[in-house]
Amino acid sequence: MASETATATATEPRQAVPGGRGRGGRLRGGRIGLVVLAAVLAVLAVLPLLYMVTGSLKTRDQVTDGKLIPHHVTWHNYQYVFTQVPFTRYLLNSFFISAVVTIAALFFHSMAAYALARLRFPGRDVLFGAIFATLLVTAPVVLIPLFLVARQLHLLDSYAGLIIPAIFNAFGIFLLRQFYLGLPRELEEAAVIDGCGYWRVYWSVVLPLSRPILAALAVFFFLANWNAFVWPLVATNNPDLTVVQLGISAFQSQYTSNWNYILAAATVAAIPMLVLFFAFQRQIVESIKTSGLK
Amino acid sequence: MTSVSTSRPAVADAPAPAVPRSPRLSRRHREWIAAALFLAPDALGLLVFVAVPMVLSVVLGFFQVSGFGSYRWIGLGNYRRMMNDPLFWDSMRITGLYVVILVPVLFCVSLGLGLLAKQKLPGIGVFRTALFMPYVISLVVVGLLWKFLLDDQVGAVNRAMRSAGFGAHSWLGDPHLALGSVIAITVWVMMGYYMIIFLAGLQEIPAEYYEAARIDGAGPWRSFRSITWPLLRPTSFFVLLMSTVAALTGGLDMIFVLTGGGPANGTSLAIFYIYQQAFVFGEFGYASAMGSFLVLIMVIVSAVIFALTRGGRFDDGE
Repeated sequence: MASETATATATEPRQAVPGGRGRGGRLRGGRIGLVVLAAVLAVLAVLPLLYMVTGSLKTRDQVTDGKLIPHHVTWHNYQYVFTQVPFTRYLLNSFFISAVVTIAALFFHSMAAYALARLRFPGRDVLFGAIFATLLVTAPVVLIPLFLVARQLHLLDSYAGLIIPAIFNAFGIFLLRQFYLGLPRELEEAAVIDGCGYWRVYWSVVLPLSRPILAALAVFFFLANWNAFVWPLVATNNPDLTVVQLGISAFQSQYTSNWNYILAAATVAAIPMLVLFFAFQRQIVESIKTSGLK
Repeated sequence: MTSVSTSRPAVADAPAPAVPRSPRLSRRHREWIAAALFLAPDALGLLVFVAVPMVLSVVLGFFQVSGFGSYRWIGLGNYRRMMNDPLFWDSMRITGLYVVILVPVLFCVSLGLGLLAKQKLPGIGVFRTALFMPYVISLVVVGLLWKFLLDDQVGAVNRAMRSAGFGAHSWLGDPHLALGSVIAITVWVMMGYYMIIFLAGLQEIPAEYYEAARIDGAGPWRSFRSITWPLLRPTSFFVLLMSTVAALTGGLDMIFVLTGGGPANGTSLAIFYIYQQAFVFGEFGYASAMGSFLVLIMVIVSAVIFALTRGGRFDDGE
C-alpha cells in the first residue's frame, strides 16, 4: 500500500511542475487530484493524534467506542491524572531538565563552534574530525558503558545525571560551525580592531548574530530531552526524579485498560511539544534542511 | 548587531583590554589559549560521555561484569556465548527484516511526500505541517497511542476493519503481523522528517531543467528519471544512510512500550535484546559484546551503502 502511494505521487507531480498554473483541462484535473491526495494523506497522518485528544475527553465506557467525536465531553480524566499520580512533578522535572540541558548545550556548543570556525590553532582540523566522528556513535549503542561511567561518577539517581550526559552532542557543534563559517568576518574584525578580546567578540558579536540558528537548535534540544525515555529509565530509580515520559509509561502499566486516563496522560505529555512545534515550525524545518544538505 | 554598535564606544575608551592582559604572550599564543578555553567544556564532555563509553563498550565485551561492578577478563567468552545464543540470532534476524523492509518503504513514502510537498498547491503548507506532526511526539506516547488504536477488541483500527468487512486482526498479538505493525508505525513517525529532507533536496534542483525537458517533450516519468533522480543523489544517499543506521540501533523506546519484544519475541530487535541482557539480567559484559557486534554490522552496512551510491556523488560518466 505504502509503495503504491509513493509511485503514484512520484509520477503525477511531474505534470504540474513544468506546466504551472493549470494549462488545459488535463493539467487542472491533475492538480485537483493532487490536492485531494494531499488532503487525504494529511488527514491520515493526523487522525491518530486526533483520536488521542478526543479519546482523552471521553468517559470510561465511551473511550473504546471507536468514534472520533466524543458523545459527551468530560475533563474528568485530566483531573484524575493530576490527582492520582504526581503528574505536575513529572512535568516540572522534564521541564527543568530540558531547559537546563538546552541552555547549557547552546552555550557550550556555540563556544566550541566559534573556536572551530574562527580561531586558528594547531590540530584544529583533527579535532573537528574527531568531534564529527562522534556523530556516528548513536545513543543506544553507548547506553551500557554510559551507565557504567555515570555510576562511577556517582551521577545515577540525580538531576545532574539526567542533565550532564545529555548536554554533549556533536550535532549542535556541527550545525553552529557551519553557520559561523557563513558569517561575514568584517563585523568580528571591526570588533577586534576596537580592541575586543575573543570572549568579547563571541559574546557581543557572534552570539547576537546567531539568534536564528540558536532558536532552531533550542527547539530541537528541548524536544529531544522532553521526549527522552531510555536514559531516564536506566539512570533513575528515585520517584522524585521521574520525568514525564517515564511517568506515562509507568501509568500505562498501572492502569492497563483505562484508556481514557492513559490518553489524557499521553495528551498532557504531547501538547507542549505540539505547541512548541507550531510556534517554531519554520525554524525547525529550516534547521532540518541545513542538517540534511551540508 | 545593535549590541555591537552600542558597546563599541565603551570598549574603545578602555585601553584595549585584550592586549595588556598578558603582555608576554604573542597574539598567536593568545589565540591558542582562547581556543582551548572555548573548546574545553564540549571537548571534555564529549570525551567523558561519548568517546570513553564508545571505547569502553568494546573493552567491556571481553569482561564478565557483575551487577555490583566487579570485572573479570574472560577474553572471547562473551563472543563465544553470542555465537551459540539462539535468541541473539533471532533478534539479529528480526533486526535484518526490520531494516530491509523499513528502509525502502520509508524511502519511497518520504520521497513521494517530498515530491507532493514541493507542488505549489493551495494549502500545501498545512499538508507539510500535518505530515510532520507525528515526528514531534515522543515514542512513548506513540507507543501508547497505537497500543490503543490497535487493540484486538476495542481498537479503532479493528472496528474500522470489521465495519469495512475485512475482519479484525491481532495487529500486535500475532507474531506474523506484529513486526509489520511496528514498521508501519515507524514510517508514520519518521515520514515527515525525511519528507522535509527530500523537499530541501528537490528545491535545490533548478526549475529551468524541468522547463527545458518539457519543451523537449519529456513526460513526467522521463523528467523524473533524467532530472530528479540523478540530481537528488546526495539527498537520497543521506536519507538511506541515516534511516539505515537509525533502524539498526533505534526503536528501543517504542518496542519497550508497544510490544515489550513480543509476541513470542517477534519484535525483539537486537537493541532491545541487548538492553534486556544489560538492564534486566545485569549482563553488562555480554550485552556490550553484542552491542559491539551490532556496531560492526552498522559500520559494514554503512560502508556498503557508501560504496554502492559512491557517497551520493553525482554520476561523473554520463
